[in-house]
Amino acid sequence: MMRHDHLLSAGQLTREDIEAVLDRAADLADDPGAVGERHADRLLALCFFEPSTRTKMSFDTAMKRIGGDTVDMGSVESSSVKKGESLADTVRVIEGYADGIVLRHPSEGAAKLASQFVDVPVINAGDGAGQHPSQTLLDLYTMRERAGLDDLTVGIMGDLKYGRTVHSLASALTNFDARMHFISPESLRLPRGVRFDLHDAGARLREHTDLDEVLEELDVLYVTRIQRERFPDENEYQQVAGEYQIDADTLERARDDLTVMHPLPRVDEIAPDVDATDHAAYFAQAHNGVPVRMALLDGLLGEDAATDGGDAR
Amino acid sequence: MSDAPDRELRISKIRDGTVIDHITGGQALNVLAILGIGGDEGMGVSIGMNVPSDKLGTKDVVKVEDRELSQGEVDVLSLLAPEATVNIVREFEVVEKKRVERPGRVVGLLTCPNHNCITNADEPVESAFEVVDDGVRCEFCGEIVREDIGDHLAVH
Repeated sequence: MMRHDHLLSAGQLTREDIEAVLDRAADLADDPGAVGERHADRLLALCFFEPSTRTKMSFDTAMKRIGGDTVDMGSVESSSVKKGESLADTVRVIEGYADGIVLRHPSEGAAKLASQFVDVPVINAGDGAGQHPSQTLLDLYTMRERAGLDDLTVGIMGDLKYGRTVHSLASALTNFDARMHFISPESLRLPRGVRFDLHDAGARLREHTDLDEVLEELDVLYVTRIQRERFPDENEYQQVAGEYQIDADTLERARDDLTVMHPLPRVDEIAPDVDATDHAAYFAQAHNGVPVRMALLDGLLGEDAATDGGDAR
Repeated sequence: MSDAPDRELRISKIRDGTVIDHITGGQALNVLAILGIGGDEGMGVSIGMNVPSDKLGTKDVVKVEDRELSQGEVDVLSLLAPEATVNIVREFEVVEKKRVERPGRVVGLLTCPNHNCITNADEPVESAFEVVDDGVRCEFCGEIVREDIGDHLAVH
């Protein structure tokens, strides 16, 4: 059971927290009805200030699968935010409508701010280039299924500077016996704050500009998208991005049991010919978002459900 | 050493107030900014900047009349001037020496240099920074500031 009221960053999660969610997710994946009706009449607010497909739909699906329902703020264009309402005011209003808030926002620290203004649980579903901890839980679930979480060598490649899934995943991996290799262009290396936390946690990490230096050692290769808008001109982007794309040929040099993951959406960093290989885990990874978020919501909304007279587990 | 007297501070003693000595050279105006002293409050303020110091090479000195700094204010100074010494003066005598200690966190004092941090988005919150080994860290976005902390004062 999660000990926290909010899920704001992966750094707040202990190994025990993570394993409890993953274990529960595995149970729910086998038996989605196991939660019963504990969350009937419970509403989860989906507040997405940025576009989302997978995260939003899988939270929506997960909440409905555990017997609850969702209310959706809709797009920013159609909300009061367009009229200049502060985030603090928006979430204070929405807390009156729902039992929990899933928040995605373009500014770093948005979920933390929201959590200071409401009493219902806030789940950070992405805050700018900050954190995306629920993605990390499904990433770890996928890794555990495919490779286990101990004595693991993980390569994380692409946009390490702005990639919030990278920041959360790296932080969470410090709870496990994992060696981390970060592969990126110089200009997109891990930001100072993330590096500080990793060193503070005693992480074993190395940084590379070339995947070839480490590919053969990896159990897991976690690929992220390098965004065009991070580069001042198109030529520079093309030059850099091309070096961080993989295809079936690239993976010939990898171990047979290498797992390739990606938070999606991909553009061209993983060629379609990888999809048919045994390495590809990214679609299963996306599907895992549902049982993992079911387990997460069950935990975060669970205590209130019990005090409200719901069935205690 | 024969020319030492000529190089001494030409700031007279104060009767009541606070003397902040051994400020890192060039930081005196930031120290005043932290303390919210802009000069229009009416109290006497003397500033010596980049004066010779055996201990620091050069240092700044600030004397503020009729104002005694609290321990909290003194601790915040440590971010800009870790070597500073603070003497409280009454009737021309030093009645108390305060030690500068690094606080655990500072609230409302600094602006986050990350323009995309939610604390820069006109929300009703004060900035909050955790004081870490060699700098400060935004509690909202995680940005670390190590150099030129004085450039990020929210109280300029």
